[in-house]
Amino acid sequence: MAKRIDVHGLTAYYGAHKAIEDITMHVEPTSVTAFIGPSGCGKSTLLRTLNRMHEVTPGGRVEGKVLLDNEDLYGPEVDPVAVRRTVGMVFQRPNPFPTMSIYDNVAAGLRLNGIRYRKSELDDIVERNLRGANLWHEVKDRLNRPGSGLSGGQQQRLCIARAIAVEPEVLLMDEPCSALDPISTLAIEDLIDKLKTRYTIVIVTHNMQQAARVSDRTAFFNLPAVGRPGRLIEVDATEKIFSNPSVPDTEDYISGRFG
Amino acid sequence: MNATTQRHPGGASRRAARLGDRIFAGLAKGSGITLLLTMAAVAVFLTVRATLALREDEGNFLTTFEWRTGGEDPEFGIAVLLFGTAASSLIAMLLAVPVAVGIALFLTHYAPRRLAAPIAWLVDLLAAVPSIVYGLWGALYLVPRLTGCYEWLDGAFGWTGVLSYAGAPARSLMTVGILLAVMILPIVTSVTREVFRQTPRATQEAALALGATRWEVVRMTVLPFGRSGIVSASMLGLGRALGETMAVATVLSPSFLIHASLLDSGGGTFAQNIASQFKEADTAGRDALIASGLVLFLLTLLVNGAARLIIARRREYAGAAL
Amino acid sequence: MTGRLRPPEDPGGEEERLRAAMPPGEPGPTRDLPAGAPGARPPAAPSPAPPGAAPPPAPRPVLRPPRLPRWSLAALLTGSLAVGTAAGLICRLSSHLQWGLIAAAVFVAATFGLTARVEGRRRAADRLAALLVWACFAVAVLPLAALVGETVARGAPGVDGYFLTHSMNGVLSWQHGGGVYHALLGTLEQVLLASLLALPVGLLTAVYLVEYGRGRLAAVVTFFVDVMAGIPSIVAGLFVLSLWITILDLGYSGLAGSLALALLMTPIVVRSTEEMLRLVPNELREAALALGVPKWRTTLRVVLPTCAGGIATGVMLALARIAGETAPILLLVFGTNMINRDPFHGAQSSLPLYVYEQWSFGTEPAYERAWAAALVLIALVMLLNLLARALARWKGPRPGP
Repeated sequence: MAKRIDVHGLTAYYGAHKAIEDITMHVEPTSVTAFIGPSGCGKSTLLRTLNRMHEVTPGGRVEGKVLLDNEDLYGPEVDPVAVRRTVGMVFQRPNPFPTMSIYDNVAAGLRLNGIRYRKSELDDIVERNLRGANLWHEVKDRLNRPGSGLSGGQQQRLCIARAIAVEPEVLLMDEPCSALDPISTLAIEDLIDKLKTRYTIVIVTHNMQQAARVSDRTAFFNLPAVGRPGRLIEVDATEKIFSNPSVPDTEDYISGRFG
Repeated sequence: MNATTQRHPGGASRRAARLGDRIFAGLAKGSGITLLLTMAAVAVFLTVRATLALREDEGNFLTTFEWRTGGEDPEFGIAVLLFGTAASSLIAMLLAVPVAVGIALFLTHYAPRRLAAPIAWLVDLLAAVPSIVYGLWGALYLVPRLTGCYEWLDGAFGWTGVLSYAGAPARSLMTVGILLAVMILPIVTSVTREVFRQTPRATQEAALALGATRWEVVRMTVLPFGRSGIVSASMLGLGRALGETMAVATVLSPSFLIHASLLDSGGGTFAQNIASQFKEADTAGRDALIASGLVLFLLTLLVNGAARLIIARRREYAGAAL
Repeated sequence: MTGRLRPPEDPGGEEERLRAAMPPGEPGPTRDLPAGAPGARPPAAPSPAPPGAAPPPAPRPVLRPPRLPRWSLAALLTGSLAVGTAAGLICRLSSHLQWGLIAAAVFVAATFGLTARVEGRRRAADRLAALLVWACFAVAVLPLAALVGETVARGAPGVDGYFLTHSMNGVLSWQHGGGVYHALLGTLEQVLLASLLALPVGLLTAVYLVEYGRGRLAAVVTFFVDVMAGIPSIVAGLFVLSLWITILDLGYSGLAGSLALALLMTPIVVRSTEEMLRLVPNELREAALALGVPKWRTTLRVVLPTCAGGIATGVMLALARIAGETAPILLLVFGTNMINRDPFHGAQSSLPLYVYEQWSFGTEPAYERAWAAALVLIALVMLLNLLARALARWKGPRPGP
């Protein structure tokens, strides 16, 4: 169910600007992989190449391979819509559909598939996914109110519920807690811990403690120099990265000597 | 405050500054008041003249199918004008708004980027083409070309009565509606495009990340977000269409009759009627025209006010959502 | 550091070809596309209903759903054109527009049907929407291109040095020759006069609303600016006609036209200037005030220069707008064939009025002059617009990224 991702020789551009260069790594299924590194090192760009959201940005283009259980996402005839349906994404700022109710936000992805659900079925799915996102008890009495009326942390969990409702194989999270207060952050981290039993999760974070708390593996990215593309410095088990990294740069970054 | 200023060595210049302030503020305020007085004068004057005219009217101002203002017993009514104005503007809206929404989507979400910018620019320029040019083009280019089209419509839908065609030159309300549609297309497109462009990127990416196709992204995020914008853009276009004079005056062959068929020549609009009658009208006749002009003014105000209300509501909504 | 990474595996070509051939909505039989029954998930997802009533499993997406080959659309287009032509020939439809419409309808229907069969309903809806959007674009381009094309094609031959430097004095409607000089002059004078009247009031009102306006008066002024913006141009003309010419008996003149134009121009200027002034950050004003600069100097030396480009753009657009106004001019400046340099006395002409007059003569030479004058008018308005845009690009506030 949860899938393995192999990134091979991946280079991503914004127009003429090369954002990341020659990334090769893999992501284990049913585990949490954290991307850390200083601002602008391309970790979010890499994340967005994993479900072909990078090419939505004007000028965005990719070279190299991303294999989802051996199937190249960038292969010929691959439908980006199908890719995004398989690899879900949660964004930095909570972005529930402002014109939809909480209920409709969760059901949005399902309705796209063109299957007619009975009302009771849809109710069940919505409830299950809101429970899955640890949000059910807070919103069960106001499912028909707009999603934009919730607090930031609740909105982010709503977005997670929306993302998992379509049962993706992989869940990408782009700094999901950067816009949230500490308590909401904790709630999301608990949720990530619960979700990793079912999904392959990749999370970009600026917060070193968060990476240490939630992830099983950590990848460290860095910029060789200003204006140069970001590169993967090392990727390993989280304990190893945080206790005994093999590259001195990683240790400098983690101990707060730069970045 | 006063005391401090006086003790200060630069007191004199401060006083000068305050004098300058007072003069400038007075000037600014004076302009505002000038504008108010002008507007009040326009309103009062038009209302007085219109009332004078209505007192003389032997017919019913709302229902009379006649515009006879010279002589002893003036008899005039706006029924035909109201119908013509409403019919031609509504035709224009029905034709222009869907197409404008389509072009706006084309420019924001479908066109290749290289193509979109110059086209958007061209559309904005076209919005500035004077209406008399549209009128000239409508009369000399569009009218002869529509005859064949109307004959076909008559053949296919003539039985409805609304679309029957007697074969005269196509100087009818339908032609006026089509011309007005072409005229308001650029401005409606421009405003709609701006609204669509403001759809938050984050929301669109949310839809994309759920595996939505391009059309589904548009349907889930762009259209709901831009709905009120489309309405207000349409209202703006409607306001232009209602008050348009020259394009109607050149194309329509007027009469004080309401035809069942929109394709047959005849009818009239408020603005066109004023433009074609004022030269022969005496003072009383001009007052009658003013009365009709006042109705047009109120109609335009109503439409513009509705548009403004919708925009204001949208602002509140956007403020809450973002 | 890449040494510890697993090399990518060989993609399974056979399986993918299998998958590509499968219809959407059916679970793939391969290891990376397991059947998606909710019950098969780990215990985190409790089955919500008895198996009989279980919701249909969400269709497992196939990364490579069946797609129509690229040439199929071209083939469909060719076929549709053939059908349109055949229908046109058989039914003896005279208008090629009808042939085109039939072909377009056939093409849209066939594309939708075929896509729905092969790629599924969602893809078909997507493609239909794209087709309709492109169609909208095409439908709109036709008349607008015809308008510009026709004006240029029929107007350009008439525009020359003679046309621009001579009036219509002594030229009868069925004669060739004559020019637009008097009308061009009239338009320029009237627009200039109108802006002399409208600009000070408009700019200062905007300053009042943004910098000083508090309370009820400002609200009332804002409301009346909106009301004023809604005056149909013909009604503005009628007002001046009644007051200025009928009651005060001051006669037809360029000035009378300018009064009506000023009435139309003021609200446009107020609105655009107001918008620009509001874009000036408050920090800038506060910084100047904190230095002890009096408010009026702050406004004149700091606030207005900051948005001067934007204000100028708004003014240019307003000028372009009123330069093309015909209705009030028709009522107020009367029109003449002679050069009248004095906008304060006697009838004048103007470009839009000239176009209308020449059109209403209804003779071929007059039509030619109408087209040529229309072209001159468009050129004038476009020039003002381009100038406005250049100003906006050069000095205007930069839009955010």
